[in-house]
Amino acid sequence: MKIGVLVSEGPYTHQAADTAYKFVTAALAAGHEVPRVFFYHDGVNVATRLSVPPQDERHIQQNWTALAKEHGIDLVVCIAAAQRRGMLDENEANRQGKDASNIAEGFRISGLGQLIEMGIQTDRLVTFGD
Amino acid sequence: MSDVKKFLYLNRRAPYGTIYALESLEVVLIGAAFEQDVALAFVDDGVFQLTKGQNTDGIGVKNFSPTFRALGDYDVQKLYVERESLEERGLSEDDLMEVVYEDEDDDWEEKPAIRVISRAEMADVMADADVVLSF
Repeated sequence: MKIGVLVSEGPYTHQAADTAYKFVTAALAAGHEVPRVFFYHDGVNVATRLSVPPQDERHIQQNWTALAKEHGIDLVVCIAAAQRRGMLDENEANRQGKDASNIAEGFRISGLGQLIEMGIQTDRLVTFGD
Repeated sequence: MSDVKKFLYLNRRAPYGTIYALESLEVVLIGAAFEQDVALAFVDDGVFQLTKGQNTDGIGVKNFSPTFRALGDYDVQKLYVERESLEERGLSEDDLMEVVYEDEDDDWEEKPAIRVISRAEMADVMADADVVLSF
C-alpha cells in the first residue's frame, strides 16, 4: 500500500513527530511504500538543522534525515507555515534578505499543493497531530 | 482508482487562540486548484469558525472569517456543521454567517453552502470521504 504521512505538531513538545517516525519505519518494514511525508503547522520545526537536544535524547530531525536518505522519502515542509515560523532554506533566505537559513539535509520547502497531491496519489493519508 | 477523490477538511477548533483554523483554510484554498470533490466539516469548537460578526480588533489577529464567504468562488459547495456541537455551545443556525455557491446544474442559482446535520449524519460524511484532513 502507498501511504502518505502528515505531521502537524512540532518536535519535543508533542509526540506526533516521534510516532510518525515509528509508524513510517514500521510501515516500510512491513513492505508498504511511503513516498512522502508532509510537515505542516508547527510540524515544520522538525526540519531545523540547528536543533541540539541533550546527547542522551533522541534527535528527531536527524532520525528523519537518516530514514529519508535510506528509503528515498520526500520530506516536504510547507512554505507558508515555514516562513511564519522562521524556517528558511538558502533560496528563501536570500530572497527575503535574511542572514541565515536552517533547513536540514533531506528536507525541502514547497507548497501546500504537495499535500493535496499526496492525498490524491496515495492509498491512505495518515495524520499525526494533536 | 478514480482521479477525483472526496476530500473532507475537518475543523475541530475555535477560529482564534490557535492557528489551526487559519492554516486549514489555506489548505482548502490551495486544494481548490486540484479539482477534487471538496467538503468542509465543522464539529466541536470548530463551529465557532462560522459564527457571524467576528471581531478580532482586541487580539491583534487578522479576522479571516470573510474568506469563508468566498469559498463559493472556489467551487466549495458543502460546509457541514454538526447540530449537536452548535447546541452544546448555545448556538443555532441563526448565529452562523451566510455562505452561498452558484449551482451550475440549476441555472447558477445561489444556494446556501452551510448544511446543519446531526452527529450520526456527520459520521456518514466522514466514512464516505477518501481523504480526511483534521485540523
